[in-house]
Amino acid sequence: MSSTLRSSLSTLWWVPRGLIFGLMAFFIFGPLFNLLLWTVAEKWYFPHTLPLQYGFSAWERVFAPRGGALDSLRNSLVVAVLTVAVSLALAVPAGYALARLKLPFRSLILLAFLIPQAFPNLTVYVNVARIFYEIRLNGTIPGVVLVHVSHGLVYAVWIATAAFSAIDVELEQAARSMGAGALRAFFDVSLPLAAPGLMASAIFVFLESLDEFTGSYFVGAPDVNMLPLLLYTAGSGGNYQTASITALLLLVPSLFFMLIVERFLKADVLSRVGR
Amino acid sequence: MSEAGFLELTGIESAYGSTAVLKSIDLSVRHGEFVALLGSSGCGKTTLLRAIAGFVTPTAGTIRVGGYDVTQQPPDKRGMALMFQSYALWPHMTVADNIGYGLKLRGVSRAERAQKVAAMQALLGLEGLGERKPANLSGGQRQRVALGRALVIDPEILLLDEPLSNLDARIRLSVRHELRALQQRLGITAIHVTHDREEAMVMADRIVILDAGQIAQQGSPEEVYNKPASAFVAAFMGAENLLTLQGSVEGDRLVIAPGPANALGSVPLASRPLVSGAIEARFRPEAAQLFPVDAIPTLGPGMTFRGLVRSVSYPGGVWRHVVQLGDREVLADSLQAFAAGDQVALHVPAPSLFLFNSDANRIR
Repeated sequence: MSSTLRSSLSTLWWVPRGLIFGLMAFFIFGPLFNLLLWTVAEKWYFPHTLPLQYGFSAWERVFAPRGGALDSLRNSLVVAVLTVAVSLALAVPAGYALARLKLPFRSLILLAFLIPQAFPNLTVYVNVARIFYEIRLNGTIPGVVLVHVSHGLVYAVWIATAAFSAIDVELEQAARSMGAGALRAFFDVSLPLAAPGLMASAIFVFLESLDEFTGSYFVGAPDVNMLPLLLYTAGSGGNYQTASITALLLLVPSLFFMLIVERFLKADVLSRVGR
Repeated sequence: MSEAGFLELTGIESAYGSTAVLKSIDLSVRHGEFVALLGSSGCGKTTLLRAIAGFVTPTAGTIRVGGYDVTQQPPDKRGMALMFQSYALWPHMTVADNIGYGLKLRGVSRAERAQKVAAMQALLGLEGLGERKPANLSGGQRQRVALGRALVIDPEILLLDEPLSNLDARIRLSVRHELRALQQRLGITAIHVTHDREEAMVMADRIVILDAGQIAQQGSPEEVYNKPASAFVAAFMGAENLLTLQGSVEGDRLVIAPGPANALGSVPLASRPLVSGAIEARFRPEAAQLFPVDAIPTLGPGMTFRGLVRSVSYPGGVWRHVVQLGDREVLADSLQAFAAGDQVALHVPAPSLFLFNSDANRIR
């Protein structure tokens, strides 16, 4: 009697659970589905639930030479790759030092990388744009890269620090004891072992750079146009097809890399982020 | 030792913050000698090993290898190989790569490297495991890979940081002898850090007992076992039974005053540096002999105490008794079991009775 009651109760328990999962799926996939529909909608207006006509004419417009999407895509990718390169070049030594050396004010240094995010972006980037204008960095790829690096360094340094802290010092000492110099031990032992964490930090920086709008707008536009700017222009102009296609272009690498990050970032590294 | 040692430590000091970890350590190790650094945790033995290896810079003193001062040399320039307690195998390299790393650094050609690694694998019974990653090895196999990695570069000095403490008790016993035999065969100078008294006894030519950053005693296993220089060493080497007696030096004998558990007695002084006063007597459970109080045979020199058996257990081989002597309880082994509540006589032969003046060298 009681067992049948319990089993029916546990069946009942699936009702709220199913509802919650259903709602979550709706909130995540609903907008995505809408976005996908818009990319192939030729004609779609109120009060129709679904597009009246499907087609790829929006894609042709976006990817036409005059559409600017290819330019923006190229700019975005070039900037993102350069941002990753510069961030890692700074974050690898910085992260190693923060993880290994007994630095005074270590947590303060780690916190300092958050400063670019701590103030309203607009204020910061308007001033950055003014300074860059004076030193002729405004409207150049290096200028945008610098802005993105200042933004992405917090992820790069924090994750790199965590990745290096997760490596047992004795593994490096063992290499030293076998006759490897400090640099050799770093390249043979520390770097390969930190590689998954560094890879994850590179992906984060890449995605941040791809997504970044405010800095790109103030420092890059109108000479260097990026994908988010294209999205903004299209969206504000009511051109949902172009906006959706641009959004899709931004979304695909994000989803792809997130899957990779999830494989690379192990719990032992994650547990040390920010410590 | 008339000739200067191969490894020569003079006045090594080290401090962690304001706490002194090592206090003026002098140690001389001959070529091919196996020295065990023995001590409880926190005595500074690992710090000393790391100072020799070059991972800890001593605040004072010099380290010489074959006459050369290496005190300021980095670890990779010292010609030593350290085997870590954690083994510190590189998880991203295969067994063969782990073992061959030191050879690769020395520019040994790929073919020669493969041949030497294979020979080392054969020596250590690791055949067929070359392509495995350390994560897929058992504890004993990892230990042997770590040993092989250290041995393959033919180090002048092999440093072992508790290399056996992560092994199963059963494997540990056989590995002790294997490691010792290997060291003797290869003629390597070895410094072995351990907190396991028996391990040090079985493996080492010489045992150096460290206590609070100082060398409490050094000598052959028989010496430190049978002639402990201090109450600390006696206790550390297993003489945990402690009695406090009153003694006075009379000629070449120490006369012991009657106490709650003993009558007037005396033992030969036998070059023990004792003075009259309170005496700390220590002995091992296996050194004690138990007799029924009404049937005490004629005994050689030593002390006889009277007491009450509190409890009996059988750890194997002999019966272990908890015997109350006055206000103290001691452990005593006997082939013959006594029942709890029996009155017994407990005799400790003079050579096995370690006597120290109570005020000097108090056990911490």
